[in-house]
Amino acid sequence: MSTSLLLLLIVLIGFISYFAGRARSLAQANGKLSNLHSLPGYHGSYVAIWAILPAALVLGAWLVAAPMYIDSSTRAILPETVQTQGGATVELALGQVKSVAGGLKRLTAEELSSLENGSANLRSTLAAKGVALAGEGEPYMITAAQHFNAMSVTNRWLMSAVVLLIAIAGGAYAIRNIATRFRARNQVERVILGSLIVASSIAILTTVGIVASMLSEAGRFFTMVSPFEFFFGTVWDPRFSAAGSGGASGQFGLIPLLAGTLYIAFVAMLFAVPIGLFAAIYMAEYASPRLRSTAKPLLEVLAGIPTIVYGFFALVTVGPFLRDISAQLNGLVTGNYQNFIQAQSVVTAGIVMGIMLIPFVSSLSDDIITQVPRALRDGSLGLGATRSETVKKVILPAALPGIVGALLLTASRAVGETMIVVLAAGVAARMQIDPFEPMTTVTVKIVNQLTGDLEFTSPQTLVAFALGITLFVITLGLNIYALYIVRKYREQYE
Amino acid sequence: MTDIASPTVRISARPASATRDIGIKRRYAAERRFRAYGIGAISLGLFFLALLLWTVVSNGYTAFQQTTITLPIEFSEKVIDPKGERATDGKVLMTANYPLLVREALIKQLGIDASKRPLVKQATDMMSASSRTLLRDIVVADPSVIGKTIPVTLLAEANVDSAFKGQIDLSVEESKRKVKDQQVTWMNELASAGVLKKSFNTGIFTFGASSRPEAAGVGVAALGSLFMMLIVLVLSLPIGVAASIYLEEFAPKNRLTDLIEVNINNLAAVPSIVYGLLGLAVFINFAGMPRSAAVVGGLVLTLMTLPTIIIATRAALKAVPPSIRSAALGLGASKMQTIFHHVLPLAMPGILTGTIIGLAHALGETAPLLLIGMVAFVVDYPGSPMEPSTALPVQIYMWANEAERAFVERTSGAIIILLIFLVVMNLGAILLRRRFERRW
Repeated sequence: MSTSLLLLLIVLIGFISYFAGRARSLAQANGKLSNLHSLPGYHGSYVAIWAILPAALVLGAWLVAAPMYIDSSTRAILPETVQTQGGATVELALGQVKSVAGGLKRLTAEELSSLENGSANLRSTLAAKGVALAGEGEPYMITAAQHFNAMSVTNRWLMSAVVLLIAIAGGAYAIRNIATRFRARNQVERVILGSLIVASSIAILTTVGIVASMLSEAGRFFTMVSPFEFFFGTVWDPRFSAAGSGGASGQFGLIPLLAGTLYIAFVAMLFAVPIGLFAAIYMAEYASPRLRSTAKPLLEVLAGIPTIVYGFFALVTVGPFLRDISAQLNGLVTGNYQNFIQAQSVVTAGIVMGIMLIPFVSSLSDDIITQVPRALRDGSLGLGATRSETVKKVILPAALPGIVGALLLTASRAVGETMIVVLAAGVAARMQIDPFEPMTTVTVKIVNQLTGDLEFTSPQTLVAFALGITLFVITLGLNIYALYIVRKYREQYE
Repeated sequence: MTDIASPTVRISARPASATRDIGIKRRYAAERRFRAYGIGAISLGLFFLALLLWTVVSNGYTAFQQTTITLPIEFSEKVIDPKGERATDGKVLMTANYPLLVREALIKQLGIDASKRPLVKQATDMMSASSRTLLRDIVVADPSVIGKTIPVTLLAEANVDSAFKGQIDLSVEESKRKVKDQQVTWMNELASAGVLKKSFNTGIFTFGASSRPEAAGVGVAALGSLFMMLIVLVLSLPIGVAASIYLEEFAPKNRLTDLIEVNINNLAAVPSIVYGLLGLAVFINFAGMPRSAAVVGGLVLTLMTLPTIIIATRAALKAVPPSIRSAALGLGASKMQTIFHHVLPLAMPGILTGTIIGLAHALGETAPLLLIGMVAFVVDYPGSPMEPSTALPVQIYMWANEAERAFVERTSGAIIILLIFLVVMNLGAILLRRRFERRW
């Protein structure tokens, strides 16, 4: 019986239980609904929960545990010669046994018997049935595969029987509980509350998952490359992650990547902060409601555009434009029409990322500026200050902590941005101060190291997780600090 | 009296004039400058928005047209099945020399001498190599066409397509461009004969990945995206709503719920690429799910979207006035009934708006998908979320790395399609909010 059919059956039993529970409670009520503590629907749901929930839990646990048990039992009957050769060989043999097992199911009885008495070649027989075998089949594999198949079949039947039995028993137990005074609603609500708690703990699980997965993979990386070399190395040259090259080769210095990341983020902020801040001030202090209600959503459209579109924009418009204009400028000044800005460069990536960040800066700062109490504004204007003086001398100082928080949040976005830098910043990991040359970032290297064929044992791939955890820590730090500042500031005026 | 008198004395001590210089001119000039900066900043932002959209549209609108060549193709039995074996051997129809049919039809159309090899080669280069599969599909679907002559509309090769759309500068020296003079002459000849013409490009919506621009489309990628969006919707909406209800309505104020709160706010700001690493390590490495599959992409995007949905849902729940809760509780509803029967329906517009916006974000997300192997060359439609597939933004990324002019056009075309999806979703969210949102 397939798993989906089993699930369907459980749901069906649940349905039947629902109506059975409902009917029983109605029967107990003797036609007078107010005799019941809970509505009949709750009684039905109570029975259905008892029918479905335990059975589904058992099914889930079984599906996880059974393959492990079958594998280990099959491993145990592999011949001594294989067993003694250690983990990898045993796993390989087990994999072959499983593909043989898959193939055996397609054979007819006579083909099987000719295989068993050794008159037919295992590999060619299976190949004829469309099952490719990695090596030449060994005789022991047939017995092991038959053992595997037999166990799988038994396991299937046992699982189906047990799960269905639990479903029926659960339903029956719950039906027996139903009585007029039975608090079915409270029971059902407890289950609902439990599922709400489970749902909200997923947020925690995600964080735990991020940290645990990155730490464990990064930990494996650090057994091959020392953390000192990684965090303080100034050369990034990981070589290729060729299959089989298990040993650490190449250099994994974080510094050039970090420098590129921060440089590009800095250029982006340099571009976005003045524009975003002035736009926010104008919007909050000067703009008529009409202008505000059109300009603000339009600016926020910039935040809704996928970053890959910005990357494309950098690639086909901004990059070539900067390259050409630099050639023209150079030509005007020195007569040599040679471009000094590369199409892929720190400024290209920085400017395009800056455009993307404008709406973040402007809407976050706008929120904070409008939160400054009216009284401060009126006081300053009443003393004869112009609007711009009020903004510069009263509002901005009052809003400063909040704005700093907003800028930190924006900076964390700039550091974690991927697609723009992948397309616009280049892949050359070097340290320099010339913004017109390409540089690379942490995110670009994560993408580079993890696309293509992977082998999860080489430092070339695992380094991506070390880079990832670095990135995670940086952005987390920025976020926590920013949220702390913003929250503290908000409390000040509320 | 003296303390009133003394200021008057002091004022009168100065020259009492209305034009006392408090720098009013300078200050007003500063005010005007400040205002101008603000207007400048907003205009600059809007200018970039316009430039961005203009870049995409001006590069991309031509992608929705495709040059086609309609030729009378003679499905000659001599070429397709010279030995007459098609009834017994199914492979004959699959492997027949279909390009030869195209070549012969083209030679006849252009009136070229078949013995002039270089000329024939130039002529056949004008046709897309996808003609082969097109003709094969026609014959396999209906073998009775063999022996007949039927007009078939074939795709022109990408460079001819670009030249016909006027995107290739024909004044450049012949050896430096991909379309030769002879081909241009033919192209114009065919165009005036009405054989070669531009028509609406349905292929960009239906085709999958291809190394030939004229046969590449976003159909397969869009289906992958659709699978992922369905998974995101089915998982993140119930989980997000359940989590928000607990946090907003039930959770006691304690350390744990504080931790969850801070957590959710931080997860919303974690770079998306980190979710890709999580998916790679947990779903693919640890749980052994298939690489490049839409199901893993959907799970990763779900985790990424959840914080957005939770934050929106909590805001929507908070906006329902406490009087609703009090009224329901007062009439004897349990807390659970109050929330599910009264609060949740009233908060639904806000929740759905937040969900749509979260989905729109997930639809445009690229970085995490690169890490879980969705940068794949997928030609055929995936049958289920477990099969290898790719996504719309990833397809854009892959095309953006191609240098050919026709791919630039298609990249922009795909971006236009993606942006249209996003606009529709966001407009839907806005309409939903306008139509159903209540102000209490």
